[in-house]
Amino acid sequence: MTNRRHFLAAMGAAALAGCAQLGKSARNAHVVVVGGGFGGAAAAKYLRLWSDGRVRVTLVERNAQFISCPMSNLVIGGAQTMAHITHDYSGLRDHHGVRVIQDTVTAIDPSARELRLASGERLHYDRLLLSPGIDFMPESIEGLAGHEDEIPHAWKAGPQTALLHRQLAAMPDGGVFAIHIPKAPFRCPPGPYERASLVADYCRRHKPRAKVLVLDANADIQSKKGLFLAAWGDRYQGMIEYRPNNQLLGVDARTRTAKLEFNDVKADVLNVIPPQRAGKVVDLIGSRLVNDRWVSVDWLSTEVSDVPNVHVIGDATLSAPRMPKSGTMANQQAKVAAAAILHLLADLPPNPSPVVMNTCYSYVGSDSAMHVASVHRFDTAEHTFLPVEGAGGLSAVASPAEATAAQAWAHNIWADTLN
Amino acid sequence: MKLIRPLIFLWLGTMAPAIHAGGMAIDAGRTLAATCANCHGTDGHSVGGTESLAGVPRDTLLRKLAAFSRGEKPATIMHQIAKGYTPEQLTLIAEHFAAQRTHTGH
Repeated sequence: MTNRRHFLAAMGAAALAGCAQLGKSARNAHVVVVGGGFGGAAAAKYLRLWSDGRVRVTLVERNAQFISCPMSNLVIGGAQTMAHITHDYSGLRDHHGVRVIQDTVTAIDPSARELRLASGERLHYDRLLLSPGIDFMPESIEGLAGHEDEIPHAWKAGPQTALLHRQLAAMPDGGVFAIHIPKAPFRCPPGPYERASLVADYCRRHKPRAKVLVLDANADIQSKKGLFLAAWGDRYQGMIEYRPNNQLLGVDARTRTAKLEFNDVKADVLNVIPPQRAGKVVDLIGSRLVNDRWVSVDWLSTEVSDVPNVHVIGDATLSAPRMPKSGTMANQQAKVAAAAILHLLADLPPNPSPVVMNTCYSYVGSDSAMHVASVHRFDTAEHTFLPVEGAGGLSAVASPAEATAAQAWAHNIWADTLN
Repeated sequence: MKLIRPLIFLWLGTMAPAIHAGGMAIDAGRTLAATCANCHGTDGHSVGGTESLAGVPRDTLLRKLAAFSRGEKPATIMHQIAKGYTPEQLTLIAEHFAAQRTHTGH
């Protein structure tokens, strides 16, 4: 069986000899990928890998470096550094031949299959893949827009992550660190509760009289509820207070006051995770967003339901049932998209039965983690991914062994996405 | 789920002429095995902390996966994941990893 790949390569080489007769083929086709996160970077790599370098791939990313949201709560809690979660795009360029452009997209013309960059460059594409992640909707909370320095979100890893850690470090002992969680769906369902845990872990060591207040717009903890509550009881004994059904209406950035439906809360550090929508670059393709927020895609191919030749993956999509907005899931969708795009470029139907899976680790303290896992199979009758019943599940208990596993996951997914 | 197998054959059937015409059909095992890469590395070349699956004999992998699915092999997570794949899918995955060279990636 060592020869399966060689067999396909040989078949490909044989076909190249006759390429003068080819009609439309994937040779020399150009795919443009916008957004170099877990979805877009992985898609760019796998498009090159699975086409044996025959499809040209351009990745447009506005940031110079990849900064991982997964593991960024460890940085906020002082247990890891920014360097640990910061990676570059040289692997995509040097190992895989992806053209990486640091720029922003200013216009997309799906009928001409062309996009324009802020630099003025125009890129023509055969297929376009957008993996833009999320943008925030701060305007839905009065007084929040324009105040992200005083009231950080730290929900896109980067300078905001370092800022929130500095605010925590500067907080007086006995201070209140308040986190507001928007109504679901949002990026990384267990993320806010992991953050509360790691902030409490920091406070237990450095500010034992401090309090972590979790103000959740939802009626309950959105993921790994039992495991989080157990850890909060065992490890932090009263330091974390959880308040459900606390919709945030407004903030006062000067006094760091959260104005909730029934009362006001004044905090020393106020971390508001705003409501979210698909990254705004999707507005350039003219797709009709679901609830004005998420892109509807055909999950067999990841092609946008109402815009041909354009694919969208990751947090920006209207998720399939019980499919979380996670980095793992974006990386998995990237492979569904890469395979489908290469097939469509070659006039082949997409794989009729794709599979994706999710593995999501959360820390309950800097030395202890737990997971939730699921496997999702494309269901032909429903024409979407559905979780495989009986598969997946949660950790029995958070443990140091799973913290080691979480680090292994991080190093492997970063390498799989970027190198 | 009984539909899956005929669909795969139908799909493989549509691939043959396309390969001949210069298209680039992607091996079904390769795309399935790619779902393991988040923890086990691209094409099974782990960068550390998990088992490298590249070059592991097919039958060894299938034996382990079957033991995970049946809950006979102790695990924190693999018993939950292995149950999500059909025996046919696990075979395709094992064949893909077995066919990979054992070097340690880039």
